[in-house]
Amino acid sequence: MNDKIKIVIDGKEYWTEHGKTILDAAKDNGVFIPSLCHVEGVKTAGSCRICNVKVNGRNMTACSTPVAEGMTIVNNHPELEELRKAIVEVMFVAGNHFCPACEKSGNCELQALGYRFLMLVPRFPYEFPDKGVNAESKYIYHDRNRCILCKRCVRTVMKDDKHVFALNSRGGEHIHIKIDTELASHLTEEEAQAAMDICPVGAILKKERGYYNPIGERKFDKQPIGSEIENK
Amino acid sequence: MKDKVQDIIKKYHDDKTRLMDILIDIQAEYNCIPGEAIEIIAGQLNMSKVDVEQTLSFYHFFTTEPNGKYTVYLNDSMVAEMMGRDEIARAFEEEAGTTFGSVTEDGLIGLFNTSDIGMNDQEPAALINGVPFTSLTISKVKELIAGFKAGKEVKDMIGQTGDGNNSDPRIMSMVNNNCLKRIGSIMCLEYETGWALRRTVHITREAVIEMVKRSNLRGRGGAGFPAGLKWEFCRKSEGDATYLVCNADEGEPGTFKERVVLTEMPEQLFEGMAIAAYAINAKEGILYLRAEYIYLRDYLEDVMETMRKDNLLGKHILGVEGFDFDIRIQMGAGAYVCGEESALIESMEGKRGEPRNRPPFPVQAGYMNQPTVVNNVETLSTVVKIMLNGPDWFKAIGTPESAGTKLLSVAGDCKKPGVYEFEFGTKVNEVLDLVEATSVQAVQIGGPSGVCINPEMFDRNISFEDLSTGGAFIVIGKDRDLLQDVVTNYIDFFIEESCSSCAPCRSLTVILRGKLQKLLNGHGTMNDIDELYRWGQFMKQANRCGLGQTAANPILTTIENFRPLYEALVKTDEDYMSEFDMSKAVEESCKYVDRVPNVH
Ligand SMILES: Cc1cc2nc3c(=O)[nH]c(=O)nc-3n(C[C@H](O)[C@H](O)[C@H](O)COP(=O)(O)O)c2cc1C
Ligand code: SF4
Ligand code: SF4
Ligand code: FES
Repeated sequence: MNDKIKIVIDGKEYWTEHGKTILDAAKDNGVFIPSLCHVEGVKTAGSCRICNVKVNGRNMTACSTPVAEGMTIVNNHPELEELRKAIVEVMFVAGNHFCPACEKSGNCELQALGYRFLMLVPRFPYEFPDKGVNAESKYIYHDRNRCILCKRCVRTVMKDDKHVFALNSRGGEHIHIKIDTELASHLTEEEAQAAMDICPVGAILKKERGYYNPIGERKFDKQPIGSEIENK
Repeated sequence: MKDKVQDIIKKYHDDKTRLMDILIDIQAEYNCIPGEAIEIIAGQLNMSKVDVEQTLSFYHFFTTEPNGKYTVYLNDSMVAEMMGRDEIARAFEEEAGTTFGSVTEDGLIGLFNTSDIGMNDQEPAALINGVPFTSLTISKVKELIAGFKAGKEVKDMIGQTGDGNNSDPRIMSMVNNNCLKRIGSIMCLEYETGWALRRTVHITREAVIEMVKRSNLRGRGGAGFPAGLKWEFCRKSEGDATYLVCNADEGEPGTFKERVVLTEMPEQLFEGMAIAAYAINAKEGILYLRAEYIYLRDYLEDVMETMRKDNLLGKHILGVEGFDFDIRIQMGAGAYVCGEESALIESMEGKRGEPRNRPPFPVQAGYMNQPTVVNNVETLSTVVKIMLNGPDWFKAIGTPESAGTKLLSVAGDCKKPGVYEFEFGTKVNEVLDLVEATSVQAVQIGGPSGVCINPEMFDRNISFEDLSTGGAFIVIGKDRDLLQDVVTNYIDFFIEESCSSCAPCRSLTVILRGKLQKLLNGHGTMNDIDELYRWGQFMKQANRCGLGQTAANPILTTIENFRPLYEALVKTDEDYMSEFDMSKAVEESCKYVDRVPNVH
């Protein structure tokens, strides 16, 4: 069966396959579209909105939109750049992101996107939320004020076929991630590490080990986010 | 408690997707959903506790602490505030001896705010243990609190019952429907229940879809999607079953037309649902009814029962082999966003009402991932008249792009609020004349997500191509403070009601609110107005669903149509404006040393 189809991104033609999302199709072809809430192989959340592209003139999220034959996609465009940068800034002011004091610094995707979009100071006023931390379980430390509510943990971290992390409440001030302390306390060290690794920011940290890799030698310290796709 | 909770769960066959019903029943039983019950549900349904709470905490009417033997939910929507809701709130607080957001120490009375409850034509209004109390006065509040203290039944305190079917023994409500002020030409046309369905079953399913397509009927819930086309898409989708959902969530503040339709002509709606079900070959229909309208549930159930006896619902409808269709009512639990069709489906599946990413659309993969048609109450009711009188008759009414009529819920500063049926194309001015609105500063068309128009625009008309509305038409008088009373209330509404999934919808609304407040406090500059407008555009571009995409509309449309109001907030005689207010910053410390802030 020949499932190959042609799409156009920023005026250039690319081959891809039916069933892929715009995000994946772009990635396969060495085109970087920023993403935050997306996790490969996991049900789409479409919640961060950073992967906004224009499809046939309409704003769509690349992570949730399947490709179609002849689709015309705009990715690099000042308006989209501005929008994505604004979204990154919104996330910075909606939380408390004091990067120099965060264990995730250098491995944090939000921070990396801030650099990529050349963010200096967010245009929006800081909210300085006070949503608290949860350190009740053995290996997990969860700082709600760093959480960008991408739902990666909600969708992926399971114990005994049950969700360990879940959303709670709604409305900007109230919504937060709630951890099932009982389930979380049964997580193994490896599982806790995996939970930390799935979190794009420094909201989920694994206890008992910090700064193992020194700042300066971490993932995005070496090359900007997205270059792994673009330099392929 | 264990047995009772387990019985409730069993009633829904240990089915996770019925979590809403389970929680609703438990809340009704205990005035809350206690931790113990959460644990039992989690155990029985094999979920984690936080997973149960994930759904629970999404809905306004679910609580984990007891919310009072008598629970007052007082509407705080914009029109309610216009009609003196704050005074009523104070009276409740004084009489009950507790503040809003809390329960009296003895657990007797709980006072809470709530978003619009669909009674904007008779504010101030509240729901007390699910029973609506409208046109509240201070003396009525006193009487109510005395009644609570004396242990009276809520139902016995309503006094006089309202007009129309509100006095039907199955409803017995004090609500007034201000019954369809102008007898309109389509929805309100008298007919005999069952006749449209009789005509329908004589033609093929395809022919029914064809008729509805030819009529140009567009969805009345807001988006205006052609109904016939939606049915056709659904019919062509593959699946094991097809579902028909009627959207009776009616959460847009200022809208209450469906309350009236459900009270005065539910047969027409159910018949319309049966016609749609025939067309798309659905066996199961669901009426998603907003929690605020629970007082109509028994009545609606009874109407359906009668229709089953008349063979208009159930098996072999009208004797047609293979035409089986029945309807169940799914109650909501307080969340405006659940009116969005995919959020509504999520809710029906026992989850948080978060709108889905599309594609896929509900017609492809909706309820239980099967092809599903979601239509508005008014859309489905209108279908009945199309089947009776034909698509050409229907198309001849209204405008070329907006066929037929529209029910408008008119509220605010006018003498005759209520529900009216107008032909599409009716000018705003004509509506204002009819409802006797004389001193008008602005009209809010379509609720908070719509547009706020100025008097120069009053010769424009109600239609999909000009001023589109899901039903709300709110008159704002000349003496109102548009930015403080209207825009602020609306933005607060969106902050409260966002499903909070999308980052911009969750957080940028709060930022916009802050900037607006800065202007209102007299600390804004011209640049702030421009930024407010620019940032508002991000909302349109970035968010997933209509809520987030329109949440900045109250700001955007007032900047567009009432810019002088904003400019008047900006002091132009000062060279430099600071956001920082020194006097305010030292206010607290001055208090302790008995001084008044006096800094320059
Ligand atoms: C935030 C939001 C709230 C909505 N609320 C309602 C509602 O209460 N009732 C309704 O019929 N449609 C509502 N809609 C529109 C529905 O998504 C959907 O378009 C409609 O129910 C389809 O029916 P129709 O085609 O018959 O209009 C809402 C949409 C959004 C984005
Ligand atoms: S804790 Fe991390 S993974 Fe989970 S929602 Fe927050 S930011 Fe996302
Ligand atoms: S736009 Fe707002 S309400 Fe709609 S899905 Fe996004 S967060 Fe939820
Ligand atoms: S990556 Fe697409 S919305 Fe988050």
